[in-house]
Amino acid sequence: MPVLAVVAALLIGAVILLLMDADPIRAYRALYDGAFGTKNTFADTLIKATPLLLVGIGICISFRGGVVNIGGEGQMIVGGLAATALALSMPDARAEVLIPLCLAASFVAGAIWGGIAGVLKAYFNVNEILSTVMLNQIATYWMIYLMSNTLIDPEQISAASRIPETDRLPRQSDLPRIGPWLDSIYEWLGLSSAESSRWAPTLLHIGIIIGLVLAVVVWIFLWRTTVGYRIRAVGKNPRASRYAGIRVKRYMVLSLLLSGGFAGLAGGIQVLGVRHRMSAEGGAIAFTGNAGFNGIVAALFGKLHPLGTIPASILFGALLVGGNKLQRTVQVPSALITVLISLVIIFVVSSDLWSRHRARRRVTLAAQEPASPPGASAAAEMDGVR
Amino acid sequence: MIDQLLDSSVLIGIAASGIRLATPYLYAAIGETFGQRSGVLNLGVEGIMLMGAFSGFWAVYTSGSLALGVLAALLVGLLMGLGTAFINVTLKAEQGISGIGIFLFGLGLSELLFQQSFDGVVTVRGFPKIRVPLLSEVPVIGEIFFQHNLLVYVAFALVPIAWFVLNRTTLGLKIRAVGQNPQAADAMGISVARVRYLTVTFGGMMAAMAGASLSIALLNVFQQNMTAGQGFIAVALVYFGSWRPFGVMAGALLFSTVNALQLWVRTKGIDIPAEYASMAPYLLTILALVLAAQRVDQPAALTKPFERGE
Repeated sequence: MPVLAVVAALLIGAVILLLMDADPIRAYRALYDGAFGTKNTFADTLIKATPLLLVGIGICISFRGGVVNIGGEGQMIVGGLAATALALSMPDARAEVLIPLCLAASFVAGAIWGGIAGVLKAYFNVNEILSTVMLNQIATYWMIYLMSNTLIDPEQISAASRIPETDRLPRQSDLPRIGPWLDSIYEWLGLSSAESSRWAPTLLHIGIIIGLVLAVVVWIFLWRTTVGYRIRAVGKNPRASRYAGIRVKRYMVLSLLLSGGFAGLAGGIQVLGVRHRMSAEGGAIAFTGNAGFNGIVAALFGKLHPLGTIPASILFGALLVGGNKLQRTVQVPSALITVLISLVIIFVVSSDLWSRHRARRRVTLAAQEPASPPGASAAAEMDGVR
Repeated sequence: MIDQLLDSSVLIGIAASGIRLATPYLYAAIGETFGQRSGVLNLGVEGIMLMGAFSGFWAVYTSGSLALGVLAALLVGLLMGLGTAFINVTLKAEQGISGIGIFLFGLGLSELLFQQSFDGVVTVRGFPKIRVPLLSEVPVIGEIFFQHNLLVYVAFALVPIAWFVLNRTTLGLKIRAVGQNPQAADAMGISVARVRYLTVTFGGMMAAMAGASLSIALLNVFQQNMTAGQGFIAVALVYFGSWRPFGVMAGALLFSTVNALQLWVRTKGIDIPAEYASMAPYLLTILALVLAAQRVDQPAALTKPFERGE
């Protein structure tokens, strides 16, 4: 089904392209070449896929836990801010110390931002969809404030240009590039590669590896640990979970906390691996690239499974990177890619792929079974979670 | 700063612009109230607003007719509302996520169309101010309430109409029944789907009007992403107003007045950082949500797709 959603979106995109007097076949070939044509473009695709993957695995946790986290954008921003502030304040630290510290800080910052929405939902009955949307805006203004005041590059002040951005972060905070490693693996496997198709010159950094490892970790966490099991139980049926003795509110907060943490980490990796400085130029979207929203799509696409989110993120990374090439080749506004992605979202949620309500219905049917005592049906529902 | 603020002309100015700035929130939030009362959360209001803003602007720019501008916005709102209803009611999509899809669709498409049709920023002659005869001459009151453009008056007129429809008509009863207990409504012979299509489509048209009120009445320009989150705030205002039109209006006025105050603070260059002032409305919304959530329960079937035979 997800593949069908992409095909349908691309077909509608083709109609839009035709209406704009552009050749859709040429456009889509440019899209593919732009995403997978060379090692360089493929590396770009993976770099763009990294924040989607990280936000996406966080989304897997929150949606499985029954909370809808639309706050990825804001959580990425505060994560990026935390990593930036820490790196700037420790210019002499060694890389082995600085990078883990910065990434941990970005995770914690994102977790706090998500946790606020979690507490508001669990203890103040505030709809998390709305609170996370508001928190996105607050984070954006906070970033603009910090970029143009507290954290602004001193040179921007003396040059009087006052571009709202920080100084370049210390070099030790740059995430290691993994191109050379990949090349030596290729060599070891006997895949001799021509000079032109080596990974070494690409900008591919360790972020994608972190993302892949964490996807596996989250998969184990959700399906092989008690805490993960309880998160899913609360998501499936909070009432039954309460009867089973699970502290439902706490696990709601935890879902949003973890989900926000992964989005925050995505922001931190974006700063340390790609931008090497934080900038408010171009607003929030210039920093996040909409990954807070697109990560949701990637997760839905991967059927809310961390491992499924991996190929889904790469697909959307490709769409974003290839979209730039498409735009340049057939001269259409880049907003077309936003439209394509929105169509994919709409098709994916409209198809029965994400059949949360169906699952819920099965559960309510079981709960309404008059013959069995409430305890028994609760136990049956808990079995359903496995 | 306080003495400056207490100056009567400043206060009147802030109050008047509070009334004016409430307009887009009113259209969007009153429309959304109907949808939510019937059990559908449309989070895509922002995207429909952007499309309404663009289409209204485009029609006024090309034809010069304000009536055509409003018609174009209503038509686009109708189409997007129908689409939203199809996705959420017929296809039973998860409403929080489909709303983000609709938002991104409107965001992308309005920008795409804008870049295709215009080179850079242009302006139109929007709705002129109407000075209500006699009333606008009343000191203070006249300046605050009776010197606005037509779309402002219509927005406020919608509030009692919405209240009347929801609380005093059969249609309103059906809408509330469908949102509160769709099974019972269905058993009474009310078509749940038809009622929800109606409310969501109406909500779409109102969202588009909200956008048009920005592009052809309040600001008279179109820019990409010009709504800047107002659609999301409108959705929050419905919660704030406890799903009641007058509550929604109170929220919209509170919000827009804080906004007007914030804009005044910024022009005065008072040493509250502009960014913190801009944050205020969002913080206020969260606070308002906390207070509203303690008061009333939401429509029981909100965000839940209806399936027969449950």
